[in-house]
Amino acid sequence: MLAQHSWESMKILWLTTVVCCVLAPASQASKSSVDIRCKCICPPYRNISGNIYNKNVPQKDCNCLHVVEPMPVPGNDVEAYCLLCECKYEERSTTTIKIIIIIYLSVVGALLLYMAFLMLVDPLIRKPDAYTQPLHNEEENEEAHSLAAAPPPTGARANTVLERVEGAQQRWKRQVQEQRKTVFDRHKMLS
Amino acid sequence: MSMMASYWPGPQSFGSEAVAMNNKGFRRESFQSSTSDEDLVEIAGGALDFSTTDDDPPLDREMLGGFSLYNGGGMNGTSKMMDFLEEPLPGVGTYEDFNTIDWVREKSRDRDRHREIATKSKESTWALIQSVSDAFSGWLLMLLIGLLAGSLAGLIDISAHWMTDLKEGLCLQGFWFNHEHCCWNSTETTFEDRDKCPEWKSWSQLIIGHEEGAFAYVLNYFLYVLWALVFSLLAVSLVRGFAPYACGSGIPEIKTILSGFIIRGYLGKWTLLIKTVTLVLAVSSGLSLGKEGPLVHVACCCGNILCHLFTKYRKNEAKRREVLSAAAAAGVSVAFGAPIGGVLFSLEEVSYYFPLKTLWRSFFAALVAAFTLRSINPFGNSRLVLFYVEFHTPWHLLELVPFILLGIFGGLWGSFFIRSNIAWCRRRKTTKLGKYPVLEVLVVTALTAVLAFPNEYTRMSTSELISELFNDCGLLDFSKLCEYVNDFNSTKGDDLPDRAAGPGVYTAMWQLALALILKIFITIFTFGMKVPSGLFIPSMAVGAIVGRLLGVGMEQLAYYHHDWTIFSGWCSQGADCITPGLYAMVGAAACLGGVTRMTVSLVVIMFELTGGLEYIVPLMAAAMTSKWVADAIGREGIYDAHIRLNGYPFLEAKEEFSHKTLAMDVMRPRRNDLPLTVITQDSMTVEDVEAIINETTYSGYPVVVSRESQRLVGFVLRRDLIISIENARKKQDGIVSTSIIYFTDHSPPLPPSSPSMLKLRSILDLSPFTVTDQTPMEIVVDIFRKLGLRQCLVTHNGKLLGIITKKDVLKHIAQMANQDPDSILFN
Repeated sequence: MLAQHSWESMKILWLTTVVCCVLAPASQASKSSVDIRCKCICPPYRNISGNIYNKNVPQKDCNCLHVVEPMPVPGNDVEAYCLLCECKYEERSTTTIKIIIIIYLSVVGALLLYMAFLMLVDPLIRKPDAYTQPLHNEEENEEAHSLAAAPPPTGARANTVLERVEGAQQRWKRQVQEQRKTVFDRHKMLS
Repeated sequence: MSMMASYWPGPQSFGSEAVAMNNKGFRRESFQSSTSDEDLVEIAGGALDFSTTDDDPPLDREMLGGFSLYNGGGMNGTSKMMDFLEEPLPGVGTYEDFNTIDWVREKSRDRDRHREIATKSKESTWALIQSVSDAFSGWLLMLLIGLLAGSLAGLIDISAHWMTDLKEGLCLQGFWFNHEHCCWNSTETTFEDRDKCPEWKSWSQLIIGHEEGAFAYVLNYFLYVLWALVFSLLAVSLVRGFAPYACGSGIPEIKTILSGFIIRGYLGKWTLLIKTVTLVLAVSSGLSLGKEGPLVHVACCCGNILCHLFTKYRKNEAKRREVLSAAAAAGVSVAFGAPIGGVLFSLEEVSYYFPLKTLWRSFFAALVAAFTLRSINPFGNSRLVLFYVEFHTPWHLLELVPFILLGIFGGLWGSFFIRSNIAWCRRRKTTKLGKYPVLEVLVVTALTAVLAFPNEYTRMSTSELISELFNDCGLLDFSKLCEYVNDFNSTKGDDLPDRAAGPGVYTAMWQLALALILKIFITIFTFGMKVPSGLFIPSMAVGAIVGRLLGVGMEQLAYYHHDWTIFSGWCSQGADCITPGLYAMVGAAACLGGVTRMTVSLVVIMFELTGGLEYIVPLMAAAMTSKWVADAIGREGIYDAHIRLNGYPFLEAKEEFSHKTLAMDVMRPRRNDLPLTVITQDSMTVEDVEAIINETTYSGYPVVVSRESQRLVGFVLRRDLIISIENARKKQDGIVSTSIIYFTDHSPPLPPSSPSMLKLRSILDLSPFTVTDQTPMEIVVDIFRKLGLRQCLVTHNGKLLGIITKKDVLKHIAQMANQDPDSILFN
C-alpha cells in the first residue's frame, strides 16, 4: 500500500515536472526584444494614405506619439491624426513557438518512422514463431484482469526489459488490430 | 440531469423482498416471512406449493429493520470483501469491452470505500493524512487535467496555424514561424497589403523567384493541393495505423461513454497521441472541419489517462465518469476560450450524470485549462481563440426580425445537414464506400483544395474566415469586405456611419456566396470521414457567411432607404445603426444551434467569444428559433443521430416514454422461450456453472434459492463468475469439477467424502433491483434512466420470472418508435 502510494506520488511529480517544462518557456521568454511590438494602424487622413507602424517599445510608450515616426502631418494636426490611429501592444513568445513546432515535427517524424518500421522492417525480421500464440492467450486474460494500467509485477512474466517491451508491443498491436476491425472493416463504430 | 439524485419512493418499491445490507461485517437480511409468501401464492391460484423449510436461509431477525434507510438502500455484495481481510480478486467488479456499467453498484462501492476511509482516519495520523489526500485528489486531478488539456490545446493551435500557412509558403526568418508571426516585427508591411512582408515567401517566390503571372499562380495552386493531400494522407494513415478510435469528432462516443458504456482504448494514450497529431494535420489540410469537437475528446483522454494516477478514480467507473464530464468542460473551455460555456456544454450536451460536485470540479478544470492556454498565448493576441471580437454598437428591437430569420435559416440548415450527413454516413457504413476510407479522405481533400484555392474566402482557414466575418468594419480595416465608399468629412473619430458599399464589398458578396455553397455541401461529406473532424467551425462558418450577407444587405437597405418608415425612427442618415459583424455572429450561433441543438451553452459560448453582454438577447432569439425550427423537422441533434446510427446503447434522458406496455412484455424470456437461466444458491457444481457459462452468452445470472421455488437470492455477473472460478481452480486446493458452489452464508451440510466447496458469496450482488411483472414500462424506463441500472429482475408473486436489461429497454424503445430494434448493437 505504502509502496503503491509513493509510486503514485512519484508519477504525479514526474508529470508536474513535464507540464512545468512545457509551460516554463512560455512565461519567461516573453521579455526578449523580438517578442514585443507596438503596432499602430493609422487610417487614411486627408490626402495621406493609411499606414502601419511597428516598433519595439515597452507598453507604457505604446501610443501614437512614440510610435508614429516620422509624423506625416504638421504639428497642429498631430492630435487629430493620432486620434484616428489605433495602437496595440502585443507580446508573443518565439521560444514557445519554436519549441512547439519542433516537438510536433519530431513526434510526427517519429510516428512515421515507427510506421515505416512496422510495415517494412518488422515483417522481415519477425519469423512466424510458435511461441507467440500461447503468449497471446495468456496475456489476453492478464489484460482483461488489469484494465487499469497497474504497475507490471517485476520479474513475474517477462525476464528482460526487451521481452517486456516486446510483450507490450504485441499486446498493443493486437488492440489496434481489433480497433481497426471494429472501425474500418465492420463499421460498427464511428461511421 | 441529476440521475440517481432522487430515490424512487413509489408504491412499487422494487427490491423490497430481498434487501440485504452489509456494513462493517454485520449482515442483515430481511426476507419476506414465509406466511406472506404463501399468501401471495394462494392469491395466484396456489399452483406452486413449496415448502419453506428447506430453502429458507438462516434469518437474523433481530437485525431486521431500520437499516434499509441507511445509505439510501445501499446494495452490493462485493464491498464486503473490504471488511474481511482477503483482498478482492483483480478483475472482479470490472467490465468487459462494449458493456454497460452498473451505476448503482459503482456508486455504492465508492460509498463503501469512503466510509472505510472515514472510519480509519480516526485511528491514526497516517490514515488521517491519507483521507485528506483522498479528498484532495479530485481537485489535484482537475488541476492536472486543466494543465494538460490547456498545453495540448496550445500545441494544437500553434502547430495547426503553422501548418495551414505552410500550404502557401515558408518563413525565411525561421521555418517555425507562421505567416503572421513571420511578419510580426516587419516594418515593411503596408496599410493595403498588411500581411505581406519580404520575410515571408510564397512557394512560387521560393521556386521560380517571382509571384506574378499565370505560371506562378498554377504553381502555388498545385503546391496548395499537394500539401493538402500530403497532410490528409498522413492523418488518415496515422489514424489507420495506430489508433482507429482517433477518427471522427468523438462527442457521440463520449456521450455514450459518459452514460455508462465501456469502450476500451477509446480514451487511451495512443488515441490521445494520434488524435492530437492528426487533428493538426486534418485542420491544416484545409478540409471543412474544426478542432473543437476533437479537443473535447483530447481533453477526455487526458482525464482518463490521469485517472490512473489515483486509485479512487482508477478503480471506479462511475467516479471516472465524473472526471470525464469535467474534462469535457475543460476541452470546450480551451476550444472556444469560453470556460463557463465549457461547463455548461458539459452539463447540457455531453454529461449524463452531473451532480453539483462535478459542476464545481468542471468549473475549476475549465478555469485551469483556460489559464494554461492563455499563458501559452497561441495566437499572440492575448486571446484564447482566433475569432475573438469586440464591438459594442447597440442594436435596435426591429433587428430581431432578421435575427429570427437567421434562426430559421440555422434550423433549416441544421436539419438539412443532419439528414444528409446521416444518409451519407449510412451509405458509408453499409455499402462498398466504407471499404476505401483512405481513398475517400484523399478524394474529398483534393476536391476541397481544388475548389477552395481560387476563392480567397475558402483558401484561408475557416477560423480566419469566421474572424473576418465577425469583424466590424472600421476605418482601420482594409479588406475587400470593408471596402465602403468613405466620406471623410462626416467622420467623427470612431463613430462610423453606415456607408455605401464599394465594388470590393460586391465582389466579396458573391465570393462569399460561392464559399457558402462549397461549405454547405463539402461539410456533409467531410464529417464522419476517418480523420479527426469537428463540425463546430464549419457550421459556424456557414452561419457567419449567411449572417454577413444578410447584414450587409440590411445595411445597404437602410443606407439607401433610410426614409422608409421601418428605418425612420432609428436609422436616419449618417447614423451607425446596422453592424454586419453582429449578424454574422448571430447567424453562426443559429447554425451551430440548428446542428447541435444546444441553447444555453451555445449562447454563453458566443458571448464569451464576443465579450459583449449586449448581444445576449439576439443570440438567444436566434438559438431558440433555430432549435424550434430544427426540432420541428427532425427531433435529434447531430450527436444523437450519430449515436443512433451506430447503435450505441445510449438511453436518452430527454425523451419521454409514453407507451402503455408492461414489464412482462419486455422481459426475457418471452412467452415461448426457454425458461430463464438461473443458478441455484447451494446445489450446483463447478461443472454445472461452467456449462451454463459456456452455453449462454448472458452477462449475468440470477441466483435463486432453488429451481422449484425460483425465489430470488441475488445476481451474479458472468465476468466475476468466470474470474472467480478460474482463480479458485488455480489457487484453492480441492476445487474440482464436482465441487459445489454455494452462495449462502453458511455452507450446506455435505457428506464427508465429497470435494471441498467453493464459496462465492463475495461476488454475489445481494440486492438486485426487481420490479413486478405488472410494472408499467414508463416506470421501468425511468428507473433505468435515473439510477443508471444495467439490468433489472422481474418477479411475479415474489417468484423470479425474467430479466430486463438496458439493451432490452433500448430495443423496446426503438421498436415502439418504429425503428429497427436490431440496430442496437451492443449490450
